[in-house]
Amino acid sequence: MSGFNYRAIQSIYAFELHRFRRTLLTGLLVPVITTSLYFVVFGGAIGSRMTEIDGIPYGAFIVPGLIMMSMFTESIFNASFGIYMPKFTGTIYELLSAPVSAAETVIAYVGAAATKSLIVGAIIFATAHLFVDLPVAHPFAMVAFMVLIAVSFCLFGFILGIWAQSFEQLQVIPLLLIMPMTFLGGAFYSIHMLAEPWRTITLFNPIVYLISGFRWTFFGQGDVGIEFSLLFAGAMLAVCLGVIAWMFRTGYRLKK
Amino acid sequence: MPLMASIITVSGLTKSYASGFQALKGVDLEIEEGEIFALLGPNGAGKTTMISIICGNVRPSGGSVTVAGHDIVRDYRGARSAIGLVPQELHTDAFERVIDTVSFSRGLFGKGRNDAHIEKILRDLSLWDKRHNKILELSGGMKRRVMIAKALSHEPRVLFLDEPTAGVDVELRRDMWKLIAELRQTGVTIILTTHYIEEAEEMADRVGVINKGELILVEEKTALMRKLGKKTLTIVLSEPLSSVPFELAEWGVSLKADGHEMEYVFDTQAERTGVSSLLRKLGDLRIGYKDLNTEQSSLEDIFVSLVHQERAA
Ligand SMILES: Nc1ncnc2c1ncn2[C@@H]1O[C@H](COP(=O)(O)OP(=O)(O)OP(=O)(O)O)[C@@H](O)[C@H]1O
Ligand SMILES: [Mg+2]
Repeated sequence: MSGFNYRAIQSIYAFELHRFRRTLLTGLLVPVITTSLYFVVFGGAIGSRMTEIDGIPYGAFIVPGLIMMSMFTESIFNASFGIYMPKFTGTIYELLSAPVSAAETVIAYVGAAATKSLIVGAIIFATAHLFVDLPVAHPFAMVAFMVLIAVSFCLFGFILGIWAQSFEQLQVIPLLLIMPMTFLGGAFYSIHMLAEPWRTITLFNPIVYLISGFRWTFFGQGDVGIEFSLLFAGAMLAVCLGVIAWMFRTGYRLKK
Repeated sequence: MPLMASIITVSGLTKSYASGFQALKGVDLEIEEGEIFALLGPNGAGKTTMISIICGNVRPSGGSVTVAGHDIVRDYRGARSAIGLVPQELHTDAFERVIDTVSFSRGLFGKGRNDAHIEKILRDLSLWDKRHNKILELSGGMKRRVMIAKALSHEPRVLFLDEPTAGVDVELRRDMWKLIAELRQTGVTIILTTHYIEEAEEMADRVGVINKGELILVEEKTALMRKLGKKTLTIVLSEPLSSVPFELAEWGVSLKADGHEMEYVFDTQAERTGVSSLLRKLGDLRIGYKDLNTEQSSLEDIFVSLVHQERAA
């Protein structure tokens, strides 16, 4: 047999979505509740004092950051878990002994995790409409950006899942690195509001560029130029793909 | 053209783990299509390591392997498509249903849906009634059968069974032997590992003995059994003897435990084992005994003697 094993992709993808379906209710309810809480706390309490940022009503302003934040964590969590669990339970033996290439494996696992995180992003987007008026300047770019982010962060999560050797390691990166970087990356404020030197320091945080880019698709403006955002998103995608290619070539933590 | 069609060719295979431990030290082996090959060896001999390399779970350090003519590294798709693997440990997706996990395996190996085939496998393995059960609801023996069903789901030409009867009760072991015999009828080549000589004896056409990463012998089972089929009969005497009576000289018995026990080593494969005539003779000589006990030479004993033979040769 040669050529592309699309049936393997189908099987893994369906298996992963099936795994998500088992926790469907919590999986979908959590983003809705979280979003609502953010609107109550940030939109209601803080927004009443801070009516506009860069001419955008505060309630609407935080929506792109909120969607990005949830998609970051969902993507990393789902993709890392998807590949970590078979490693943990030992069922990975079957994948390793199957006629499946590295590319097919990644497409299947990352595709499934990205699907779920896009669904979560869409739910938050819909929920936000219950609270605020939400214009979208570039709908097509918005969707494309969401896909790009979902895929990039799922690739990142996939790497994490292969790297991690314990549940603790699995959680340490999202909680200790991604979460703070997101909060400091302008999810709920504009970096123009920061005083120097913090503003310059913040520009070293890649998350700033991602959130800014997504915000641009809504309001036609962001903290940094859209070209920088695309550059960072593209770079992240490329780096993750490179690391994964290396992992499979060397059998890193997959094969002894 | 080789006389026999080899389905697996292992040449100069070596493996050193990251720890530096050398688990395989240059193994050469040919497996013929359609045969049942038993790989025998003590714990840590390298059986699982060798199987894992052939199946793609462990990287070889040196040497090469082809399966059905496909190199396992360069043409891994071709090689792996031909293989079904049932690993030593039970690894299952606890929350999946039996039929789903078996169908999943078929898809993973790139085969189109075939409900009739899946049904046949599940029926053959007595899993059909349990097909909608979650795996976590099954007993250990059933889980092992689920793993066999997964390995057979994609119609492999070669089936690897790594200790299929470890931790399995007598009845299931019989079932397993029966199943393996049936599979062989369908032309599947089977490679199994075991610690038990009687298991190899029951099923295999050929036997390979591996010890400390080296394949020390590969032989037809019948020839091997002649070599290995020695048993020791221990006769616990009612009264101790000070010396072996000359009438028993032809059996070559010896005394143990200060003359309280008599030992007789015999060949289980021989036309006459000499056991009944020895016991008759003891009766004639009015030598009473309280207990009888036979013991097969342990694998370790056999390895020791095999290695000695090799050195002598
Ligand atoms: N990942 C590993 N890292 C280092 N050493 C290993 C690793 N896996 C196995 N070994 C060693 O390699 C040797 C062969 O192990 P292997 O599992 O192949 O033996 P085996 O013949 O299958 O034994 P058993 O009958 O107990 O299943 C053992 O000494 C084992 O400790
Ligand atoms: Mg083993």
